[in-house]
Amino acid sequence: MSKKPVAKKTAKAAKARKPAKKPAAKKPARVAKPLKAVTAKKPAKPAKAEAAASARKPKLRIATTSLSGCFGCHTSFLDIDERILQLVEIAEFDRSPITDIKHCGPCDIGIIEGGVCNAENVHVLREFRANCKTLIAIGACAINGGLPALRNHLDVTDCLTRVYCDRAGGKNHTVPNDPELPLLLEKVHPINEVVRVDYFIPGCPPSGDAIWKFLTDLITGRMPRLDHELLRFD
Amino acid sequence: MSDHPTKSGNALQAILENNSYNPTRLVQVLREAQEVEGWLSDITLSDIAQGLNLPIARVRSTANFYSFFYTRPVGRYRVLFSDNITDRMQGSGALFDHMLARLKLTDNQVSADGAVSVARTSCTGMCDQGPALLVNNMAVTRLTPRRIDEICDLIKAGLPLASWPSYYFKVENNIRRRDMLLGANWDPGVALRAAIARGPKGMLNEMKISNLRGRGGAGFTTAIKWDAARTAPGTARYVVCNADEGEPGTFKDRVLLQKYAGHVFEGMTIAGYVIGAAKGFLYLRGEYTYLLPDLEAHLDGLRRSNLLGQNICGQEGFNFDIEIHVGAGAYVCGEETALIESLEGKPGKPRIRPPFPVTYGYLGQPTTVNNVETLCKVLEIATAGGAKYAGQGTKQSTGTKILSVAGDVDLPGLYEYPFGVKISQVLEDCGARDVQAVQVSGAAGICLSPREFGRRIAFEDVPTAGSFMVFNKKRDMFDVARNFAHFFAHESCGFCTPCRVGTSIVSNIMDKIAAGHGTQYEMNELGRLTKVIRGSAHCGLGTASCNAISDTVQKFRATYEAKLKSADFEPAFDLDKALAKTRAVANRDDADAHLETSVGGH
Repeated sequence: MSKKPVAKKTAKAAKARKPAKKPAAKKPARVAKPLKAVTAKKPAKPAKAEAAASARKPKLRIATTSLSGCFGCHTSFLDIDERILQLVEIAEFDRSPITDIKHCGPCDIGIIEGGVCNAENVHVLREFRANCKTLIAIGACAINGGLPALRNHLDVTDCLTRVYCDRAGGKNHTVPNDPELPLLLEKVHPINEVVRVDYFIPGCPPSGDAIWKFLTDLITGRMPRLDHELLRFD
Repeated sequence: MSDHPTKSGNALQAILENNSYNPTRLVQVLREAQEVEGWLSDITLSDIAQGLNLPIARVRSTANFYSFFYTRPVGRYRVLFSDNITDRMQGSGALFDHMLARLKLTDNQVSADGAVSVARTSCTGMCDQGPALLVNNMAVTRLTPRRIDEICDLIKAGLPLASWPSYYFKVENNIRRRDMLLGANWDPGVALRAAIARGPKGMLNEMKISNLRGRGGAGFTTAIKWDAARTAPGTARYVVCNADEGEPGTFKDRVLLQKYAGHVFEGMTIAGYVIGAAKGFLYLRGEYTYLLPDLEAHLDGLRRSNLLGQNICGQEGFNFDIEIHVGAGAYVCGEETALIESLEGKPGKPRIRPPFPVTYGYLGQPTTVNNVETLCKVLEIATAGGAKYAGQGTKQSTGTKILSVAGDVDLPGLYEYPFGVKISQVLEDCGARDVQAVQVSGAAGICLSPREFGRRIAFEDVPTAGSFMVFNKKRDMFDVARNFAHFFAHESCGFCTPCRVGTSIVSNIMDKIAAGHGTQYEMNELGRLTKVIRGSAHCGLGTASCNAISDTVQKFRATYEAKLKSADFEPAFDLDKALAKTRAVANRDDADAHLETSVGGH
């Protein structure tokens, strides 16, 4: 960082970089190597790469899902706006709300929103972990349990009986026992209590810019780092 | 002030009056008020708030901060087992379970008749005569299953503590090696008169020559501290003696206050003379409340012989008196700014430094905070001069140091050595065999393996506040580190996030590894967390909280690795069990109603 008087924009950027060390992501990321596409033999080119060149190359595969979350992080992901076109030049989506694929296959990057609240969440999370080279927890619920974890103060049996059995009108109400319905876990857990997680993007939700910065860092092989500006929410 | 016709209401008014309705004495008021009913009810707290003219939130936050204040009813007999690793090694865990079983209680549960509750507390400073417990703040040492049975019977019979056999409460001094301080007799007033003869500047000069450094662990030069407190602008100056000896494995201050209280008080008086203070505080940790009557009596004796009070030793205008403040179970109050906060009647949270206490201490005035042992050394310097003192020890660490030796040794107790003594020498003297490791300076200190036993106790090499815990080859160093991790998670004051959250995460990870669910992932997390906490915690407690973890990971890695799973990751909890409740309420037992706890491979 130069100490000479520089253009305003650069100075601001330099200033912003400084405090990034402390409040940086809950789990500071490790040094990343440029991601190789699952099927590719050569490293995928950065986002800047020309469309024509990358079209022929195998693309990175990205899977996303929401466990016990609100899809707010996904909505925020869409806030990368037109930059999604740059992304799809080098990557394609496996399981995600965009593709509506039901099961994730071998992927380079898995992005998980939401905490683990029921048995189905556990299966989905394990499938992601088994298939994704790099697994990223995105947002407060995936990282800490978030809003759904507020029920952790209550007894789950009590919750279910109150909702299903104790309601007014009619008798003999029972808790539904359809095998189609996933059973609730006793407590809601952050995903890193159930599987190993490589990276964390904090926020409720993280901004589109933060997600974009994180992904481009990761894909190009830089250590993903979110500056103070991208972690400020007030 | 609300007038209560009840007994406790009247008692409270008396307590408030004795403390002259002084809000800085809040911690003392809470302690005394608690003695009336055994706990602090909402009514008591709001009466105290009114009486001291404090916001109720201030009173509550202080009451909730200290672990020896109870805002919910506890047993009339409040039994607290010392939970230091040395107590555990002496079998406190089995005794704890035994007592719970005899009384048909669970941990921290109050019995149905409100008679008794049993819980654990941090090290109570009885490591040389453990396992130990506190019952209503009175220490019971050398516990055996039989003694536990007897205590249970006494509790069931409802006998007051005063009628319990007095040998239960006997606290030995166990002085094993005497040197300059422990071998000295106290001649009341001799050192003080010598200091007065030298004059404040002359005495300060001797202190400078002696190069005496603080014995609380940090090793700051005492003369510099006194000089700064003496010259800083202020309307009043204060001397504080830090007897909040909370570091696990340390008990030297207990012995000094029990047997050498004359040294301590005279040292404080000399400090007062040098810096020009009229008031001194002895901050006594709550675990040592049993010393209070003797110490008060000692102070009265000093006042009678004009070694405290007005015109001390006939020196016109030299007025100094000492007040004892009793803490209430907070390790962090050993940090000097937290201690001052506590003296002011607030929760003991460390202040932001600078300004340092020497310029902005108690009530914003220049204050010197010195360790008990440091103040004792002042007498030697006053009588024999600084040069003689500087002749002992090493170049940067002059004089002698008292070590509190505990753990796997034949003769636990106090050992006073000139600085520069080798670890191996201490081990030989205390009768330690098959030593695997020595933890020097307590949970926040340094863990030494046998290859380092040639190192020396001195600020230049292995600095120490006095704790010296020895572990033989049968001990698992992982258990030691885990005990310390629990200690810090319990004692974190909660002020800064890295320490409040970090110490809890570290403690959880250690539990996870102990339960057999640990993997390499947890080891990496430990390494990363220790760095984050060390680099960003607010005070020394936080930054030192992971020392034992990183030392044992580095020097005794095998004991960690023996507990690790080869899997990529394993949850700390049983996933299938986590479905049990909903399985039962939904009346299901199909395949989808179960989860495999671990999935191998990935």
